[in-house]
Amino acid sequence: MDRFRMLFQYFQSNSESVMNGICGLLALASVKIYTSFDFSCPCLPQYNMAYGLGIMFVPPIILFLCGLILNRQSLVMLEEWRRPPGHRKKDPAVIRYMCSSILQRAMVAPVVWIIVTLLDGKCLICAFSGSVDPEKFVGFANMSTGQVQQLLAKVPCKDEELMRNSTSRKAVSRYLRCCSQALGWSILLILIIAAFLARWLRPCFSQATLLQARHWSNYIDMEQKVFEETCCEHSRLFAHKCILHFFESMRQEIKLHSFSLPREGEGDEGEEDLLRGITDQDQVNKLLKTWYYEKPPLDVSQAQQR
Amino acid sequence: MDKFRMIFQFFQSNQESFMNGICGIMALASTQMYSAFDFNCPCLPHYNLAYGLGILLVPPFILFLLGFVLNNNISMLAEEWRRPRGQRGKDPSVLRYMFCSMAQRAMIAPAVWLSVTLLDGKCITCAFCTWVPVEALGNASHPHLSPGEIQRLLARIPCKEIYNGQQLIANEVAVRYLRCISQALGWCFVLLMTTLAFLVRSLRPCFSQAAFLKSRYWSHYIDIERKLFDETCAEHARSFAKVCIQQFFEGMSTDLVAARCHLPRKAPADTGEAAEKLLGITDQGTMNMALKSWHRCKPPLHLHPPALPTGNGWAGEGQPPMQPSAPRREAVAHYSWV
Repeated sequence: MDRFRMLFQYFQSNSESVMNGICGLLALASVKIYTSFDFSCPCLPQYNMAYGLGIMFVPPIILFLCGLILNRQSLVMLEEWRRPPGHRKKDPAVIRYMCSSILQRAMVAPVVWIIVTLLDGKCLICAFSGSVDPEKFVGFANMSTGQVQQLLAKVPCKDEELMRNSTSRKAVSRYLRCCSQALGWSILLILIIAAFLARWLRPCFSQATLLQARHWSNYIDMEQKVFEETCCEHSRLFAHKCILHFFESMRQEIKLHSFSLPREGEGDEGEEDLLRGITDQDQVNKLLKTWYYEKPPLDVSQAQQR
Repeated sequence: MDKFRMIFQFFQSNQESFMNGICGIMALASTQMYSAFDFNCPCLPHYNLAYGLGILLVPPFILFLLGFVLNNNISMLAEEWRRPRGQRGKDPSVLRYMFCSMAQRAMIAPAVWLSVTLLDGKCITCAFCTWVPVEALGNASHPHLSPGEIQRLLARIPCKEIYNGQQLIANEVAVRYLRCISQALGWCFVLLMTTLAFLVRSLRPCFSQAAFLKSRYWSHYIDIERKLFDETCAEHARSFAKVCIQQFFEGMSTDLVAARCHLPRKAPADTGEAAEKLLGITDQGTMNMALKSWHRCKPPLHLHPPALPTGNGWAGEGQPPMQPSAPRREAVAHYSWV
């Protein structure tokens, strides 16, 4: 009993660490999905850009939505936002705090995907190989625009017969990859600096409000968990009383209908209690049939008054 | 008892996380099944479409049904739906809640299969290879080929070893094109599913939150009540069996006293616990008789009230038995299997 209570208490007090764990798992999952995804650029002039940018931006949206769905606190925040005021006022600072913490956590996995994509380079090579300036590269002189576009579109596909050992293909590919990696590292640097500044400078502004908002958002979360737990406990006790009451009423019905009353003997009181007056195959069958055909009403007030 | 209550309570409060666990396991199983499945495109004009779409759509349907079958609550839902009204009204919103939560969980594994299939691309490549736009991607002006022959050629695109239409359209070009479309479809499907899930989850607290809390409470209650009833019946069965067997042994020993007058009387000064537990059977012959009698002639499912201490002997003498024991024998044999 104690150990389970302890586990429960640990989880309740550390719902933030549970959410951080989920956030980290989602980031790892995004890396894993990227590495197991078989990227194959279509190498056709109109499709390249759509494919490349699609792979770069659609999965982050999916990961962001997943991050919102998997986070329990988003439901809590929505409920707090939409509930009628009742006897308890609503504090917009708490809701804002919860919203911002949820959004921050949900943004980690998409950002990881975008950065991994940029550092790997395949997406950008696929998307922008057709937009490269062919003047800069040696092998594209003396060709019509259409042909140049076709050739450039085939740059991302290394196994294409035309481009297999082409040095100009390798040059374009290296150039685009360099741009992509530079972009990736810059974005990473900017984000880390922003996170660092936000965390460092926050205590300088409105620390007291922040502490209050954090406390009350934790409180709301814990209150909901305790409510759910209490409801479970209550329904268990309710069911227990209901079933006992049912067995009692069965016993009384049997007493009314059969003339051979089982006498309340002095011996073996423990077993008698558990048997609850049902000591016969037919009585057991009747009890089970009644349980199905006529479930008892959801009302244990008479049981309480006994 | 306390420990059971504790574990029970833990599971009850975490019933949903238990179901979520099963749901996640099924999703992993579906990806594993897909990677273990040996995909073999037939590379024939009309069979490709059937095979490809079959592999795309039939396993999700199976996984969906399996999701329902593996869910313990389906029998609870069916029971609640079909039971007679009796003294307790039926609440349709509770039934709807139970069905919706089960359907949502059952839909995850099929959605995973569909996404993995589309993102991998083999199925769509197999199914739609005859619909590749040859004019745009290849040499449509290739002469002397009837439409039927072109179809047959294109149908061999997924099978690289036997593909002989390299002049018409290069194999890699066609495969890349089809795979690109398949992956685009796959990501769009995943985006659509995720958006739907997000909307369903986030719009619920905005409308009908109170009704939701009510349905959730009563659906948990029905589940707990069913489990508690089973538990109580099991307890009752245990006590029933204990008393029945005790009465059988007592009956045996009084029978022997009546028949043989061999058994020594219980010395009242000496009755320790061990002697009581022997139930009056103290030698090999008697034990063998008891065992034989247990096999040949099980006692009726009818417990007598406990014997009064006046030492009347036969416990059931004070009251007429409810029914004769003979017709019970088949019923008893049937019951002893439970």
